[in-house]
Amino acid sequence: MLLVKLGGSLAGQAGGQTEFHVEGRNVIEMLRNLGELCPALKPVLEKGVTVSVDGRLQREATYHPLTPDNEIFLLPRMAGG
Amino acid sequence: MPLDSENKTIVPTEFKTVGTRPVRPDGMDKVTGRARFGADMSAPGMLVGAILRSPHAHARIRKIDTSKAEALAGVKAVITSKDLKAQPGCDMDILVNVMARGKALYDGHAVAAVAAVDMSVARKALKLIEIDYKVLPHVTDVDEAMKPDAPVLHKHIEHDYHQDMLETADHVKGKNEKTLPPGKRPSNIAGRYQFGHGDPKKGFREADVIVEHEFKTEATHQGYIEPHACLANVSSDGWAELWVCTQGHFMVRDTCASLLGLDVSRLRVTASEIGGGFGGKTTVFIEPVALALSRKAGRPVKVVMSRDEVFRATGPTSSASMKVRIGAKRDGTFTAAEAILKYQGGAFPGSPVEMGAMTAFACYDLKDVKIVGYDVVTNRPKQAAYRAPGAPMSAFAVEGCVGELAEKLGMDAIDIRLKNAAKEGTVSSYGPTFGPVGLVETLEAAKKHKNYKVKLGKNQGRGVASGFWFNFAGQTCTTINLNIDGTLGLAVGTPDIGGSRASMCLMAAEELGIPYDQVRTIIADTSSLGYNDVTDGSRVTFASGLATIYATRDLKAKLCARAATIWGIPEEAVDWENGAARPAGANAGNFDPLTLADLAEQAAATGGPVAGHYEVNADGAGPSFATHVVDVEVDPETGATEVLRYLVVQDAGKAVHPSYVEGQFQGGAVQGIGWVLNEEYIYGEDGRLQNPGFLDYRIPVCSDVPMIDTVIVEVPNPGHPYGVRGVGETSIVPPLAAVANAVSAAMGVRATTLPMSPPKILAALNNKMRQAAD
Repeated sequence: MLLVKLGGSLAGQAGGQTEFHVEGRNVIEMLRNLGELCPALKPVLEKGVTVSVDGRLQREATYHPLTPDNEIFLLPRMAGG
Repeated sequence: MPLDSENKTIVPTEFKTVGTRPVRPDGMDKVTGRARFGADMSAPGMLVGAILRSPHAHARIRKIDTSKAEALAGVKAVITSKDLKAQPGCDMDILVNVMARGKALYDGHAVAAVAAVDMSVARKALKLIEIDYKVLPHVTDVDEAMKPDAPVLHKHIEHDYHQDMLETADHVKGKNEKTLPPGKRPSNIAGRYQFGHGDPKKGFREADVIVEHEFKTEATHQGYIEPHACLANVSSDGWAELWVCTQGHFMVRDTCASLLGLDVSRLRVTASEIGGGFGGKTTVFIEPVALALSRKAGRPVKVVMSRDEVFRATGPTSSASMKVRIGAKRDGTFTAAEAILKYQGGAFPGSPVEMGAMTAFACYDLKDVKIVGYDVVTNRPKQAAYRAPGAPMSAFAVEGCVGELAEKLGMDAIDIRLKNAAKEGTVSSYGPTFGPVGLVETLEAAKKHKNYKVKLGKNQGRGVASGFWFNFAGQTCTTINLNIDGTLGLAVGTPDIGGSRASMCLMAAEELGIPYDQVRTIIADTSSLGYNDVTDGSRVTFASGLATIYATRDLKAKLCARAATIWGIPEEAVDWENGAARPAGANAGNFDPLTLADLAEQAAATGGPVAGHYEVNADGAGPSFATHVVDVEVDPETGATEVLRYLVVQDAGKAVHPSYVEGQFQGGAVQGIGWVLNEEYIYGEDGRLQNPGFLDYRIPVCSDVPMIDTVIVEVPNPGHPYGVRGVGETSIVPPLAAVANAVSAAMGVRATTLPMSPPKILAALNNKMRQAAD
C-alpha cells in the first residue's frame, strides 16, 4: 500500500481528508486508484496535479514506479515563469 | 561525490568546459540588430492586424456592428468572438481572454480585430466598429473584490462566506457579512487553499515573542522589452504557419490548434529570437487572433502589440493582500507561523496564490505552520506567470516579519535565519521532505561577504531576506547531429530566454571533450522535434541540458561503433576520450585516435549520418534557495531611496556558464528593486489603467542600481548528471523583502505596502514624527 498525502486545494476537494492508502505500481495507477477511492478528487486528478515522489516533482502523471517506501505528495498543478 | 540517483552515476566535480565563460553565441546578432525578433518577420502579401479593446473595466456587450469597417477599402477581414467558436476541450478562460464574448471584463479586453493592407487603414477600421456597451460596476482591489457585496464578475464562481467567517474571521468583511446565511453564493473568490502541518495554536502558546503584520503589494508587469508579436499564415488548404516570440512554441501550437479547431500537425510554429519573457510569454494573446484573421483573409497577417496594449491586456503578476504571524522563543527558534494570502489574478481564476502559499515558509524548519490562500478575480487583465509566480509577494510578508523578530530579539538577521533554516531532511511547510539543498550555505556565504561588514551611515539601513523556488523539469526532446566537417549542430525545443544556447553548447562540448565553439545550438520548430514543454520554471538548463548530455552520450556511443567498424574490432573495445575515439586498452589493438572530423569524413562509408537523440519527461529538478543583502539610503526630504550595495548569494547546483548565472541573479535583483520601489498598476475610479507606458510605469534603469554583487553557491543537485539546479526564478523571491527590510531599517518604520515610492516613504516618516511628537 502506498501512503499518499494531499496538499492545498486537493485536501479540500477530498472533504478535508489529507492522507489516503492506495494501491499502485506507478504514478498513473496510484492516481487512478485514488480517483476510485475518492470520486470527488477525480475531476481534479484528471485536470492535472503535481506529484512529489521523495521530493522530486513531476508536473504530470507518468509510469514512474512507486513503492510503499516512497514519500508521495499530491500538490496542485504548478507552473513557473 | 553525490549520486545521480536516476542513472546511478557519479556526479562529476571537475569539468573542462562547463564552468568557463565563453562569449555568447547570440550576442553579436543581438547587439548589431541582425537577430530576428517577433516583429522582424514578414511574408509576401502580408496584412497587418489590429485589435479593438474595451475602454471599460466591466461592461456587457449588447451588440457589435462591424459592417462599416468591413466596407472600408483596404480592409480584408474583421473578426469578433463569433469567429473564435468554442471548440470541444479548449480552455474557455484563454479563449474568452483572447476575445471577449458577452462581457468585457477589464480595460483593454479585446473585443474585435481587423486585418488591413496597412496600419493606417487598420486603425481607421477599428474606429468604424460600433459597439453597444452597458457599463457595469467594477472592482480592481483584491480586498474589495472579496467582500460579499462586491460586483461579481462570473456568476458561475461561488463561495461560502459563512465558512470563512467561522475560520479566519476578518478578511472578507462587507456590509452584509453578519447576515449572510450558510451556503455558497456567487462571489469573486475562486478558490481557498490550505497548506501546513502541526498545531500553530499550540506553537504560538510556546512563543516568547510574536510578530504580526498586514502587507499589500501591487501588480507589476514582467516588463519585457519586446512587445508580443507574431506572423500567421493560414493557407487555403488549411495548413498554417506561425512565427512568434514566445517562451514555448509547442504550447502556442497546441493552444492555438485547440482554440481554432486545427489539427496540430497542420500548424507549424517557429519561435523567433525573444526580447525577454520572465513568464509573461508562457500563454497566448494575439496568436489565435492573427491565425483567425489570416484564415478569414486568406493572406499572411502580422500582429504586433503596442506598449499600451502590453500593459493593458497581457499578464502582469497578481497584487496581494496578506497577513503573517510568526512566534519565536527568546533564543530565536521559531515556534509557529501562520499566513493568510489573498491574490487577485485578474478577470479569471488562476492567481499564483497556491505557489505563494507553498513557498511562503519554505525557507524554515517549522513544526507548526498553516497557510491559507485565496484566489480572487477582479476587473484587471488575466495575470500571467512572472518569475517564481506568487513567491516574491509571500516572501516579502514572511521575511518582513522575520526581520522584525530579529530586531525584537536583538539577533543578527542572518543568525536568526541560520537557526531556523530548512536543510536536507526538513519537512517543508508545503509537505515534501527536502533532499540536499543549499540555504545554509547561502546564509553562511552572505555573512562572510564584505558587504555584510560595511558600516552604515545616517538614514541608511541594511536588509536581509532569503527565498525559495521549486524549479521544474518536464518534457524535453533534443537531437545532436554530426556535420560533415566534424562540427556539431544541436537542436533543442526550448526557446532561449536567458542564454541557454551557450549552456547547451558547453554541456555537449564537455561530454565530447571538444572546444565550445565546435557546437552550435538552434531552437528547432515544432515540426522538427518531439514535444518540448515551455521555457518556464527555471527548467531549461536543467532539463534541456540533461537531454543534451544524454543525446551527446548517445552520439558518442554511435561514434565509437563507427570507429569499431573502421578498425574491425568490437564496439566495447572503443572508448571516447578527449574528443576522439580510442582503442580501450592495449588488447583492443594499436590504432590512431579518430576525431569527430575523421569520423564525419567516413560517415557515408560507415552507415550514413550520425546523430544522437534523447527524449525524456524529466524530474529531479533540485529546488534552489537564495539569500540577498541590501544597503539603502533614504532621503528624508524627498522620500527617494538609493540602493547603495546589493548582494545575491544563490545555490546554482553547478553553474554551467557562470556569467549567465550571475546575469540571472542580477536580473532578478533589479526586477525586484523595481517592484519594491517604483512599479505599480494604478487604476482610476473608472477602473481604467492610468499608467500603461514606461514613462509612468517606471522600471529601473542602469542609473537606478549599483553593480549587483553575486556569489554562486554550488550544492550539487543529485537529479542532474552535472548537479545543475535552475537559477532563473529564485533570484526574484528575496529582493522585495530584502529592500523593504533595508528601507524599514533606514526609516525606523516597518514598511508593509509596496511599492515604497517616495510619497509613501514621506508619509511614513511624517507619521513617525507625529507619533513621536504626541
